[in-house]
Amino acid sequence: MDSTSEENAARQLVPGAFQTPLKTRLQRLAGWSAFVLLTGWCLWDFGFSPGRILEGLTRFGSVLSFMFPPYIWQTWKEWSEILKGLGETVAMAFMGTLLGAIVAFPLAFLGAKNIMPFSWLRLSARRGFDALRAVEQIILALIFIRAFGLGPLAGILAIAVSEVGTLSKLFSEAIENTSKKPVDGLKASGSGNLQTIRFAILPQALPVILSVILYNFESNTRSGTILGIVGAGGIGFLLADRISAYKWPEAWSIIFLIILTVYLIDGLSGFLRKRIIGQDDRKQN
Amino acid sequence: MTAYSPAVDQFELDYAAARKSALRVNTITTFLFAVCFFSAAWIGGFFDMTDVTLANGERVSMWKIWAGLPRLGEYLFKTLPVLHWDTLGADIANWFWRWQVWLELLVETILIAYLATLLGVVGAFLLSFPASRNLAPNAFILNLTRRYLEIVRTVPELVWALIFVFCFGVGPLAGVLAIGLHATGALGKLYSEANENADMRPVEGIKASGGSWFDQIRYGIVPQVVPNIISYTLLRFEINVRASSIIGFVGAGGLGQEIRVAMSLQEYTDLSALFVIIFVTVILIDMISEKVRHKIIGLTGKGV
Repeated sequence: MDSTSEENAARQLVPGAFQTPLKTRLQRLAGWSAFVLLTGWCLWDFGFSPGRILEGLTRFGSVLSFMFPPYIWQTWKEWSEILKGLGETVAMAFMGTLLGAIVAFPLAFLGAKNIMPFSWLRLSARRGFDALRAVEQIILALIFIRAFGLGPLAGILAIAVSEVGTLSKLFSEAIENTSKKPVDGLKASGSGNLQTIRFAILPQALPVILSVILYNFESNTRSGTILGIVGAGGIGFLLADRISAYKWPEAWSIIFLIILTVYLIDGLSGFLRKRIIGQDDRKQN
Repeated sequence: MTAYSPAVDQFELDYAAARKSALRVNTITTFLFAVCFFSAAWIGGFFDMTDVTLANGERVSMWKIWAGLPRLGEYLFKTLPVLHWDTLGADIANWFWRWQVWLELLVETILIAYLATLLGVVGAFLLSFPASRNLAPNAFILNLTRRYLEIVRTVPELVWALIFVFCFGVGPLAGVLAIGLHATGALGKLYSEANENADMRPVEGIKASGGSWFDQIRYGIVPQVVPNIISYTLLRFEINVRASSIIGFVGAGGLGQEIRVAMSLQEYTDLSALFVIIFVTVILIDMISEKVRHKIIGLTGKGV
C-alpha cells in the first residue's frame, strides 16, 4: 500500500482529523468575533485608552513609590489606633464566625439529606441558606449600621448572618458525607434518633465542621477588612480614611499590616486544622 | 487487690495517663477559647448596653443587640414594596420606577465583571505556570510569583478600587482594574493548583523529545488543565458580578452607586428592587455557567 492510499483510508476513517467541517469553523469564527467585538466594545465604553492607562499607571507608580521607605507610626497613640483597628477586624471575624456557627449548627441538620426525611423542609432550608449567602456582607453591614449604629457590632452581625448561610450549607454537606455504618449499628442496638446523631453522626462530622469553621474564620478576616469602609468597625475605616486624605505611605503600611495579620491567622488556622483532622486535605482560596 | 497480669496493669496505667493528658489539653483549650471569646466580645462591643426610651416614656438600659432588633425589623419592613393584587402591574412599575437607569447600570455591572474576569484569567493563566511547584523554572521565580498572587488576593477588591479610583479617576475603568487584579490572585492560586495536580508524564515525554519549556507547558500541561480552568473561571465570573455590584460604593462604576444613593436618601423600596435585580442576575448567570460548564466538560470528555 503506497502512502496516498494509506492517507485516503485514514481520511475515510477519521475525517475530522484532516479537515474541520465548515459548520464548526463558522461557529468558531462567530464565537471568536463575538468575543472580540464584546471585549472591544467594553474597552471603548469604559474609556480604556492607551493615554488614560499610561496616565493612571504613572500615578499608580508614584503611589507605589510611597511604599518605600514604609511609614512607621512613632507614638503609642498612633500605634494604639492602628492596633485597635486590626484587633477589631480580627475580633469581628472571630465573633461573627462563632455566632454564625452556633446558629448554623442546628440549621444544618434541617438541610442534611440523611437526617431530614421531609424533602420540602430540606429544600426550603437549603434555599434559605442560599438567600442568606446571596446578600453581600457589605450590604448587610450597611443595613445593620442603621439598626445598631456605627461600630464593630454591625460588622459582627453582618459577618454572622452571611456565615449562617455559608456554614449551614457546608455543615449539612459534612453531615451528609458521614458513613451510614455506625448509624445502622446504633439503630440495631436500639438507640433513638438523638442518640444516633450524638454517637454515630457527630463524631464523624465534627472534625470536618471544625475545620470548615477555621477556614471561614480566616476568610472572614480577609473580607472583614473592608467592612470599615462603610463604617462597620475595623481596620477598613482607618485605611479608607488614609486613602481619602491621600496619606499613601500610611495607607501602604496599613495594607502591609493587614497582609501580615491574614498571614498569621492563616498559619494559626492551618496549625489548628492539622491538629484537629490530622492533615490539610481541603484546598480553597 | 486482685492480682492482674502485668499487661493489664500497664494498660490501666496508660489509660489513666491518656485520660489525664486529654483532660489537660481540654482545660487549656477551653481556657484559651474563653479568653479569645471574651476579648473578642469586649473589643467588638458585643455586650454593650444602650439607653432606650420605652413606649411609656421611661428610659432604660438595654442590651444593644436586643434594642436594635426592632429597628432592624422596621427597616427591613420599610424596604418591602406595597403591592395590591388588582393594581399589581402599576405597583411593580412603581417599584422599579428607575428601571431604565438600573438596566443600564446592570449591563455596566455585568460588563465590568466580564472584562475583569478576562483580565484576571489572562493574568492568572500566564502567572500560574511560574507559580506551580512542578513547572517553575527556578525557586526564585516561583516564590516571586506566589508572593505577588498572595498579595493581590489578600487586599480586597474594594481597597484596590479605592486606590485605582485615585489613579484612573471615577468610573468603571477603576472597577475593572480593581476586580481584575484581585481575580488574578484568586484564580492564579486555583490554576497553579490545577497545574500541580496535572500528570507530569506528557511533560517528560515532550522534554525527552527536545521540547522547550513553552512546548512542555503548551502541549503537556494546558490540554490537561483546560476543563479545570474553565470551571474555575465561570465560578469566578459569578463572584465578580457580585463584586462589581458593590464596587460603586467607592465610585468605581456599576449598580453599587445606586445602592449607596438609595441608602443615604432612604429610598427604602429602591433597595429591595436593586436587591431583586442583583439576585435574579446572579441566579441567571449561575444557571447559564452551569450549562456552559457541563457542555464544555462533556466535549472534552473530562470530569472536574
